[in-house]
Amino acid sequence: MNVVLIRRILTTIASAALLLWAVATIVFFLQHLVPGDPAMAILGGASANPPEETLQAIRDQYGFEDPLLVQYGAFLTGLVQLDLGESYTMKQPVTAIVSEQILPTLQLTGAALAIAWALAITLTLLTAGRRGWLGRLGAGIEVVFAALPHFWLGVVLLVVFAVVLQWLPVVDDGPLGLVLPALTLGIPLGGFLAQVTRDEFDVALRQPFVLSALSRGARTADVRFRQVLRHAALPGIALSGWGLGSLISGAVVVEVIFSRQGIGQVLVAAVNAQDLPLVIGVTFVVALVYVIANILSDAASVLVDPRLRHTIGATS
Amino acid sequence: MTTLAPPLPEVEKPAAPPLRTARSSRSPLRHLGVALPGAVVGAVVLAALAPGLLAPQDPLEISLSESFAPPSAEHLFGTDQSGRDVFSRVIHGARQSLLIGLGATAIGLLGAMVLGLAGGLGGRLADGAVTRVIEILYAFPGILLALILIAVYGNSALTQMVAVGLATMPGYARMVRSQVLVVRRSAYVEAARTLGHPPARILLRTLLPNAFRPLTVLITLGVGQAVVWAAALGFLGMGVQPPTAEWGAMLNAGRHYIQQAWWMDFFPGVTIVLFTLSLTVLGRRLQQSTDAGALR
Repeated sequence: MNVVLIRRILTTIASAALLLWAVATIVFFLQHLVPGDPAMAILGGASANPPEETLQAIRDQYGFEDPLLVQYGAFLTGLVQLDLGESYTMKQPVTAIVSEQILPTLQLTGAALAIAWALAITLTLLTAGRRGWLGRLGAGIEVVFAALPHFWLGVVLLVVFAVVLQWLPVVDDGPLGLVLPALTLGIPLGGFLAQVTRDEFDVALRQPFVLSALSRGARTADVRFRQVLRHAALPGIALSGWGLGSLISGAVVVEVIFSRQGIGQVLVAAVNAQDLPLVIGVTFVVALVYVIANILSDAASVLVDPRLRHTIGATS
Repeated sequence: MTTLAPPLPEVEKPAAPPLRTARSSRSPLRHLGVALPGAVVGAVVLAALAPGLLAPQDPLEISLSESFAPPSAEHLFGTDQSGRDVFSRVIHGARQSLLIGLGATAIGLLGAMVLGLAGGLGGRLADGAVTRVIEILYAFPGILLALILIAVYGNSALTQMVAVGLATMPGYARMVRSQVLVVRRSAYVEAARTLGHPPARILLRTLLPNAFRPLTVLITLGVGQAVVWAAALGFLGMGVQPPTAEWGAMLNAGRHYIQQAWWMDFFPGVTIVLFTLSLTVLGRRLQQSTDAGALR
């Protein structure tokens, strides 16, 4: 452990904390721009016609009439103690709901990320840097994959494999039920990552070290796999943190299609019911996952490319 | 469909050597590669402008005796739960979907211009602030920001449009900013300054057009992206409400009958895929030709 490394870690943590604070602040003020009375929302909306005393009791309980800054302070204090308030509709602490539902979503997105990478690497190794129909086929597949919207791919996979062929269950909490949702999420990201990796692969293939390895008698497949791929994977790895974030956003749609438990389903229900504490809680946790995923993908980049050990953090 | 613009590290791209020879660029296959997507986009635009010309039936006409009819010669794309012709509804839906997509892109670009210009021209402090703002917006990945806005402002086609626009904004903003930074240091801006042109003129006549030209390709891709995101929100039941024909709303209606009437979701979805794919292919072609132009 040297001083530079420690300073780098501290900077990373500080900027992550700053980012999360900004996200929290934005969602807090968005919530308070809402037209209408939050106390009314808690009691089931204007149609429930709650009596004025009950409304007032709720306002007092939640401190809705305190000055905005006091509420903001209370919100931040709660946040630090992992208290995200209580869901209007489910009458449970948001933290409890989210921590229960985030696991299936992380499983789904993790599986999807693995599928995406497997797909990207296979496509790149087989077709990148090759002239003729093979290269063009690979590039074509990637463009089509990357353009597939989750809501359509999911429906097609569901109808083909679960309804017509009946190879896989429509809804299932076990590992089999994970296959179709993970494919739905992973295939488009795989197409996108493959595009990025292919470009980089083409560049790396023209580098002198490829020629030097080949002239030393290394086999082409070996060079492609062990040396060129290492270079080609870098931008993809750097993008994986962002990719995981976009997968969570995609998981919202996929969980609805496959009726899977998870944070996406919770979010859709919360948005429909205008259950703001829950919406904000989910958003905040997603932002947290995004930040952590980006730190991890930075770390992974350094593992794959030792040259970065000396540059990362120096520029930012 | 994941992406508009991930936070790629900003690296100057080395000019790629032209891979294709002039002869191959005139081959019939390449020709088809522009004509086919061009025809798809053309058909969608025509459907949006004059749906009556293309649609065989009234998109709102209910005929319960014909509900859930599978695709046939009479109903190319089948019928929905109320016996409405899905093909006619897809055609009539083009206008709403395209409007939302274009409107969202316009909103995203406008916001991005403000942010990007402020960052690119405003000096170190402003640039630092803009970079931070973009970074923060990226922490609401994908349609998440759109969902928050809908939760706050309720559910309507307008919110859907604004929400998608804001969700696409950070990607554009990053590109406008780096483009402005490049153009600002360019020789021709320097030349304009030396010639004594007033700053407003340099901004409007020299800087903006040059900073914006490379973005036209991205806008082509971005409209497709916006259509897909709007459809995703529609699929979740947010946005245009039934019985109006709109692709996202149709997907949402079909979602509940997936097991007995796959065509209700399949065909609107195919239309969206073909449309965005065509825009992507055309955008790429445009990019290749502008890149080639820059080499000359």
